[in-house]
Amino acid sequence: MFSIRKKFVAEVEKHSTLKYPHRLNFYDQPPLGEVTIEEFETCALDRLRILAEIESSFARNRPWEELKRFTLEQCSKYLRLDASSAHKQDTEAQRRKDHLGHFVLRLAFCRSEELRRRFVKAETTLFRIRYEEDDRQEREEFLQSRKFGWESVEPEEVKQYASQLKAAASTYLPPKEFEPNLEADKYYKVPWTRVPDLVERRKVFLKGGKAYVPSKEQSSIVFEEFQRSLEKALLVTLKHLPRLDEDTRIFPLLDNLSQGFLAGVSSEWSSTTSSATGDEITADMVDELSRRHFPMCMRHLHDTLKRDKHLKHFGRLQYGLFLKVLGLSIEEALAFWRRSFSGMTDDKFNKEYKYNIRHSYGLEGKRANYPAKSCQQILLSDQPGPQDSHGCPYRHFSLDNLQTALLSMYSSQGLTVSDLPEVVSTVKSGHYHVACTRVFEITHTAQGLKKGEGVDDGESVTHPNQYASRSRELEKKVKEEMDVDVTVT
Amino acid sequence: MLTFYRRLYPFKSIFHWLNHEHTPTKLFMNREFAFTLQGDVYLRYQSFTTADELKKQVCAMNPTRFEIGPMYTARPRDKKLARPGAFQPVMRELVFDIDMTDYDSIRTCCSDASICSRCWAFIAVAVKVLDQSIRNNFGYKYLLWVYSGRRGIHLWISDREAMELTDEQRKALVGWMTVIQGGKDQHKKVNLRLSLRQLPPSILDSLEVLVPAFTDIILDDQDCFRSEEGWRELLHLIPKNYVESLEDKWEKDYDRSSHSKWEDVKNEIKTKTQKGSQPRLTGTTAMEDIILQYTYPRIDAEVSKHRNHLLKAPFCVHPKTGRVCVPVDPSTIDDFNPERVPTVGQLLRELDQAKDTGDEHHSDWEKTSLKPYVEMLDKHALELMEEVRRVKRERGQGVHLIRRHGLHALTGRFSDTSW
Ligand SMILES: [Zn+2]
Repeated sequence: MFSIRKKFVAEVEKHSTLKYPHRLNFYDQPPLGEVTIEEFETCALDRLRILAEIESSFARNRPWEELKRFTLEQCSKYLRLDASSAHKQDTEAQRRKDHLGHFVLRLAFCRSEELRRRFVKAETTLFRIRYEEDDRQEREEFLQSRKFGWESVEPEEVKQYASQLKAAASTYLPPKEFEPNLEADKYYKVPWTRVPDLVERRKVFLKGGKAYVPSKEQSSIVFEEFQRSLEKALLVTLKHLPRLDEDTRIFPLLDNLSQGFLAGVSSEWSSTTSSATGDEITADMVDELSRRHFPMCMRHLHDTLKRDKHLKHFGRLQYGLFLKVLGLSIEEALAFWRRSFSGMTDDKFNKEYKYNIRHSYGLEGKRANYPAKSCQQILLSDQPGPQDSHGCPYRHFSLDNLQTALLSMYSSQGLTVSDLPEVVSTVKSGHYHVACTRVFEITHTAQGLKKGEGVDDGESVTHPNQYASRSRELEKKVKEEMDVDVTVT
Repeated sequence: MLTFYRRLYPFKSIFHWLNHEHTPTKLFMNREFAFTLQGDVYLRYQSFTTADELKKQVCAMNPTRFEIGPMYTARPRDKKLARPGAFQPVMRELVFDIDMTDYDSIRTCCSDASICSRCWAFIAVAVKVLDQSIRNNFGYKYLLWVYSGRRGIHLWISDREAMELTDEQRKALVGWMTVIQGGKDQHKKVNLRLSLRQLPPSILDSLEVLVPAFTDIILDDQDCFRSEEGWRELLHLIPKNYVESLEDKWEKDYDRSSHSKWEDVKNEIKTKTQKGSQPRLTGTTAMEDIILQYTYPRIDAEVSKHRNHLLKAPFCVHPKTGRVCVPVDPSTIDDFNPERVPTVGQLLRELDQAKDTGDEHHSDWEKTSLKPYVEMLDKHALELMEEVRRVKRERGQGVHLIRRHGLHALTGRFSDTSW
């Protein structure tokens, strides 16, 4: 009894001094030490981007290799994780961020079965991508460091069951390796419940409840194990969640995070982010721009404004901030809105609307620089009523209206009836941003964009301004290339 | 029926077997019972705290039979009080159901609901193969085979590990056990190998039982290939190049025995191919597959895949035959004769004849031919309870420490106000 306790204490101490010797992490120990609320949030948001990317890759049915490539690209931007051999000074910091982010998201995603399922799937995928990418030796060290409850099968035992092991191997080996090389192949014994997929297909030899798994199949055990322990851990986290009440700042943050997963990660988008466009936009240009570069939500607001010569409050807010970030100066904005509300007297406009427009530019009231609304905000806050025209058409339109609207808005840019079923089925499964991204791809094929490339490096649409600015960049690139062609000839 | 429940039904034994311990645990208290009443009224989500309570309710309602389901997260009778989603099946015996109807296309002695000692041979083979495979491959020890009262048999596995299996794991295990696949229109129902390779190891093991069973049951007793319908079915499973000459021969020799026909197949392959050659291998693998198709256990997969599937309780009475669903010893399965299983009428007569006029007693079954069967269940439950006690003793302290340590690891950091 005493010795058991001592061992436990020793283990705890060992873990607390242990930093991050391995790149891979099973996340079975919570992070230690103090964390600021900002760090808490950044780590989580950056990780969420990656997970959301993985989700949308699944929704788009990307093949594994492609999914992996896109995910790794995103990781290199937001969640770098270098090999130990890289000898970078910041590997330690990278790993801590990885560790912390995972645990914060656990808190956010343990709260419903749906969220747990999606989180586990995305996390297991991320783990698998990293596992496959890991340096062979470092991976081996990582596996050694963990007690998976795998027993090595001794050579005598391999000999004893040689005929059964061979028979099991014959169910899956490719034709050339008709006979397994039992001397060279390593086998592990694991409880059969850890490898149900191998058991179901009779790909392993079973004895007394233990599956004899060849080392080649080892990775499938590791993934299964990762998934299983994460599922369990999330339930444990759920049980203890109420204790977090002690810090009231955390709950709204967690809510935000879990919504981000449902709607794509919100990205801040300011005019400085859009580097390529440069030039200022004038009120005259908006109409033309809307037809060539606007996402559906903004296109819809613009068309409504033109038709009704008016927009209701939330519509003005959503569209006005979008135009501001797009590069419309306050003077041009006032001109634009004045011209658009053509049925209105100057007096009424000045009294009722001018202030609000100036306010949104931070020139009145508390003079805040309001950012444009992200997809997440548009999808989830201020749900539109029947008279409203704000919101996300992919989510808030009926499927019939959506299809009609898509055709009327985008057929000049190459969208056809045959594209609709794919968009509709994505919408039906609740992946609105994926639907929007797909429309972006379809309407930019002329600029050389291919299916799966997304707005940028496979990224999905998460912000209307990202959509518009990327669209303008693509157009500019094509123009520049054409210019080059002209000078050459 | 009421007298049967009141005086003969072994509630205590059933309780021990389901509960694994003497004092009632969640395994019994959170367990679903479902009653089928006269007039086919079906009452689900019944639950009881003790064996006596179960007995009282059974006697009050006098169901034609009752079924046993899983242990849930809460008491089934309080199901409506549970938060939505909070009422979930947790543990349940791993169960199998083998039914004679799945053998209708093979057996020649009976059809439909009827069963005789001859067709019981199919069930006996299935029991032997499954029992052996589950013990050897999966390592489970606490298997209870129960005659279903008419034409089939149930298996209940009570090992802790088996009780805890998720639906996904149950599905995997059933996949491992499933060999015969495909409906009426598919002739070849065994597809286990990549081209002509070896069979998976577990299937190879079962052939030791199946090869002699094939000779005894299919060739000799049932004589499956004597009729034209029977041998034409066989020809569908034989490689094309032998079919013509065999068909010729069998069409002429009306009434040739199955035994001789199987010899014909063997000779045909032997004379037309070289030992160790590819065509020889094609022939012998086809023969192996035929043996499997005719004798490998045919299990009802849906019953085994889901924790919340309900299965008739042992010792219930089959409404059509009046026979009691008694436990069966797999080691003497060949001697088991379903026609000799006691009926409820017979038992009540025996009870009358036992001159003992004392008050009704919970072990009145001792005076009837139900006795050996109840003792079989008692012995099984006792072994199970002994195992559970042993495991509990061993784990004892360890669990306590792990639980405390684990809790601290999670809540300790996250409730820290610095977060
Ligand atoms: Zn029969």
